[in-house]
Amino acid sequence: MRIKRSLQTLAGVLAAASVGLSLAPAHAADHANEQLYPLFSYRTGPYAPAGIPQWGGIRDYFNYINSHGGIDGVKVLVQECETAYTLERAFECYERYKHGYQGAQVAALFDTSSGFDATISDEARADKLPVVSVAGGREDAVDGAVFPYQFPVLFDYWTESSIVINYIAKQLGGLDKLKGQKIATVYHDSGYGRDTIEPLAILAKKYGFIDIEIPVPDPGEQQQAQWQQIKQQGVNWVFLRAWGVMTPVAIKTAARVGFPSDHIIGDIWSGSEEDVKPAGSAAIGYKAVTVFPSGSNFAISQTLKKEIIDPGKSDLRDTSKFGSVYYNAGLVSAIIYSEVIHTGHEKFGNRPLTPAEGQWALEHLNITPERVAALGATGLLSPLKLTPEDHEGEPSAKIQQWDGHHWNVLTGWLNGDRALFHDAIFAKAAAYAKQKNLPPRPTLTN
Amino acid sequence: MLFLVNIIVAGLLAGLMYALVAIGFVLIYKASGVFNFAQGAMVLLSALTFVTLNEHGLPFWLCFIITVGVLIVASVLIEFLVLRPLVNRSPDTLFMATLGLSFVIEGLAQLVLGTDVHQLDLGIPDVPLKLYGLQVSDFDLFTAAVSILLVAVLALLFGKTRVGISLRAVADNTLAAQSIGIRLPHIWRIVWSVAGVVALIAGLLWGNRQGVQFSLSLVVLKAMPVLIIGGFSSIPGAIVGGLIVGATENLADIYIGPLVHGAVSDWFAYILATAFLLIRPNGLFGEKPIQRV
Amino acid sequence: MSASKLAGTAHLGGTVSQAPRLSGRRVAILVALILIYGVIPIVGNDYWLNSLIIPTIVMGLAGLGLNLLMGYAGLISLGSAAFMATGAFATFNLLLRLPILPLPVVLILAGLIAGLGGLIFGLPSLRIRGFYLSAPTLAAQFFLTWLFQTYHWFSNNSMSLVISAPRLEFFGYDLSSSRGRYLLVALTAGLLLLLAFAIIKSRIGRDWMAIRDMEVAASVTGVPIARRKLQAYVVSSFFLGVAGALWAFAYLGTADSNTFSLDKSFQVLFIVLIGGSASLLGNFVGAAFIVLTPIVLDILVPVLGLDTYIDQGSIANIEPIIFGALIIFLLIKEPDGLASLFSRTIRALSIWPLRR
Repeated sequence: MRIKRSLQTLAGVLAAASVGLSLAPAHAADHANEQLYPLFSYRTGPYAPAGIPQWGGIRDYFNYINSHGGIDGVKVLVQECETAYTLERAFECYERYKHGYQGAQVAALFDTSSGFDATISDEARADKLPVVSVAGGREDAVDGAVFPYQFPVLFDYWTESSIVINYIAKQLGGLDKLKGQKIATVYHDSGYGRDTIEPLAILAKKYGFIDIEIPVPDPGEQQQAQWQQIKQQGVNWVFLRAWGVMTPVAIKTAARVGFPSDHIIGDIWSGSEEDVKPAGSAAIGYKAVTVFPSGSNFAISQTLKKEIIDPGKSDLRDTSKFGSVYYNAGLVSAIIYSEVIHTGHEKFGNRPLTPAEGQWALEHLNITPERVAALGATGLLSPLKLTPEDHEGEPSAKIQQWDGHHWNVLTGWLNGDRALFHDAIFAKAAAYAKQKNLPPRPTLTN
Repeated sequence: MLFLVNIIVAGLLAGLMYALVAIGFVLIYKASGVFNFAQGAMVLLSALTFVTLNEHGLPFWLCFIITVGVLIVASVLIEFLVLRPLVNRSPDTLFMATLGLSFVIEGLAQLVLGTDVHQLDLGIPDVPLKLYGLQVSDFDLFTAAVSILLVAVLALLFGKTRVGISLRAVADNTLAAQSIGIRLPHIWRIVWSVAGVVALIAGLLWGNRQGVQFSLSLVVLKAMPVLIIGGFSSIPGAIVGGLIVGATENLADIYIGPLVHGAVSDWFAYILATAFLLIRPNGLFGEKPIQRV
Repeated sequence: MSASKLAGTAHLGGTVSQAPRLSGRRVAILVALILIYGVIPIVGNDYWLNSLIIPTIVMGLAGLGLNLLMGYAGLISLGSAAFMATGAFATFNLLLRLPILPLPVVLILAGLIAGLGGLIFGLPSLRIRGFYLSAPTLAAQFFLTWLFQTYHWFSNNSMSLVISAPRLEFFGYDLSSSRGRYLLVALTAGLLLLLAFAIIKSRIGRDWMAIRDMEVAASVTGVPIARRKLQAYVVSSFFLGVAGALWAFAYLGTADSNTFSLDKSFQVLFIVLIGGSASLLGNFVGAAFIVLTPIVLDILVPVLGLDTYIDQGSIANIEPIIFGALIIFLLIKEPDGLASLFSRTIRALSIWPLRR
């Protein structure tokens, strides 16, 4: 009896497993006329609240594009793969979709976590698959000569540091007023968080402010000691580089020790509704850098509302997320992706692109202010121009402030002092090339 | 000097919050010998249930009662589906089962109630009162009062009531307790429910601080060293352990942290717990098992 | 429980060997060897090797490491991933800083360094017993990963704190293709499996089991408790260290200290209990379960067309529910792990033709 039952269990397990796995790398060419967008999502785990609205933005935009025939007639096939924000699940997703899915090809992979971006660097180089990190990714990858397949587009944390320092200077009445100011950076103790240590040291040297670096261990649910230290040292401004639950705890703890919320300026990943709402009234006045301004008044948002949200076709279960910072972040990713494919179509014809064509398209992407306007994304997306040498474009961001209900944008697009860091970043890229023994990239042709 | 005092006070208060989570562990360990990793998931489930009900406009007391009801149902199910089939199995197996259980609870909670971040406002100001320069808020005092009250209630419950005495009998000698007619499943259901209520209280206080979201379930990692220092089976131990961990961890972050280029509270409590164990191998208040050949 | 452990311990699959079936066993082992080293590398495609087979074998090896400590010596550890991390970071630095060393030597050295870590964090076990051993092992988990993350020397000052494989070659053969990495992993696992078999058959292994079953009795009969316990930590960490190195460089290609988080330690623990405590091959069965179940669930959803009925968010949450429930189910239904399910199945199949 027992043996029979265990046999049945075993047979069941094996059958389910083999059915599942045998269908995994399917070769049917059902989707040969579509372009694959592998979406490495995280709808579970501690970072799901930051993820879900992004996937909503991405899916809704493609849904809208597809309902109008696709990008120049090529439909986008979104295949979602749950990673739970872990590296190895993302890695398996990469292996599963790097050669496409049922005939649909990948032209460029838009990744969804900076940890994965760093992990996949060598693999993507070997597979010749362009990997795009929107407002994230490794700094030195802007150097297209060393990193032909990586595209940290739109924004970087070095420029962010400079934007924040410039903004503080403006509040004080000039860059010369920075001298002697105590500016503390409270950062998530990870590769992402530590990224600004170096640029802030450079900036501190240039402007004479006192640079205080305070790490918070992951996940950051207890920050009493750190903020007490800030209060004790008489810090004037705080640059908050948090992620996930660390942001609301930081804002609340700041209020507890009596640090003014409007003297805290958050990172782009500490500036969403999900970050400030849990902090309640303590967050009123809190500021943050953003490259994905919130709001639903952009022309494209209005179109989406009419065609996707209102008819109930949205991916969002909770449509109040429409127009939130993370939803708009997803929207920005999807718009950039569509423009990349469109750029490729102009050169190679209106058909699904290969990874090599995707790389070409990325390196010749030019979203001019006029094009941004035509897309209905004025104010949402900053103009973006990439070249084979520059894989980032001109980074720019806005400063926004939370009023207890909404984010209010305080500034226009701000450009940091990117030139100041140019040499340091390109030296890093060169050092990487040397360490890895990379041959110089063949002469870039158009 | 005042700074130092403030650091220690803040640490002690944080420690009380850890202790609240640890007490839930202790109750279950005493009654069923299970190192219940799912306690963190219970904290998440209870806070999420509460806050969702509250957002639908139900009054505070009704939310509390309904959530307690949900936790009792959960406890009965856990006893029936997990504990009873695994009775008399090794502690490792039971621990792993609670790990599996935490996946199930976290998944279910988020499936039904969503993965959103919620604000939970208990309406108690969390800004410093400036009592003689001390950085203490109303909320801190409230937390302290709740912890003391909770320990007092639990002491009464287990010291004076029939259920409590049965529980102590079970904890002391399971076989003997059964032989005099104490029904084990019954005791388990009650204790898991009480632990659920403790999880709810912890969840509300933690949720007030950091918002109600998935990270709430990670507070178990903070509670574990507390539990180890205090001893798995002692409620006063959990409180004392919490105070020790909270205070030393804060001090370490400020005075040791800068020397080693980083925050040390990730691991400090565990090293401390190990050091304590080397002196008292069963925790400060744990009972020493007698080995017979 | 302990009786069945004792009966099953000394044998690879946990089955009780009998003289007449010995030749059958040999044939089975031969077939398995041909399959593993001959057929799979030729037939397996990139996806199967990279995403399914390699991680299964490596995690099985990690499970083997913990099983020696937990299943045989009866010492609990919740910090397995820390020793995997030690192995990975040691391999990276050895390959980088001592380029003359060949890969096998590096792997052995990395294992030994992890073993040293195990020795240090195993010392408290001389005084601490039972579940309280979670304290020093969790301390190892959090301290070591913190160490590798905080001191940039360990990652050679890489900006992202990620380490990547400098070179994977063996006497001039490039092992960086998926086939090469598979062979590296399979060979290492095979050799370490033999080593583990030799250890548990030796005096050390028997002493471990004596300590596990009753420490007081073992010490009375003259087992050197302290030495054996520390040996268990060193050997276990050695296996874990090698597994960590393979995980980082033969599977992912890169790693950072988050790769070896507490979740990974729990996964290794699951492998031991689901595969079967005090069994060697069971670890690989358990690893297959842990590695493949989430992937199978993820793939089954679109195949069964569930994604048209349920939204993605719900699916993502249903998966851990099923996974957790499966674990509880297996713990209840298979007290001795999947390994015993397999051996029962094989026995049942061998008598099946004679049943009617």
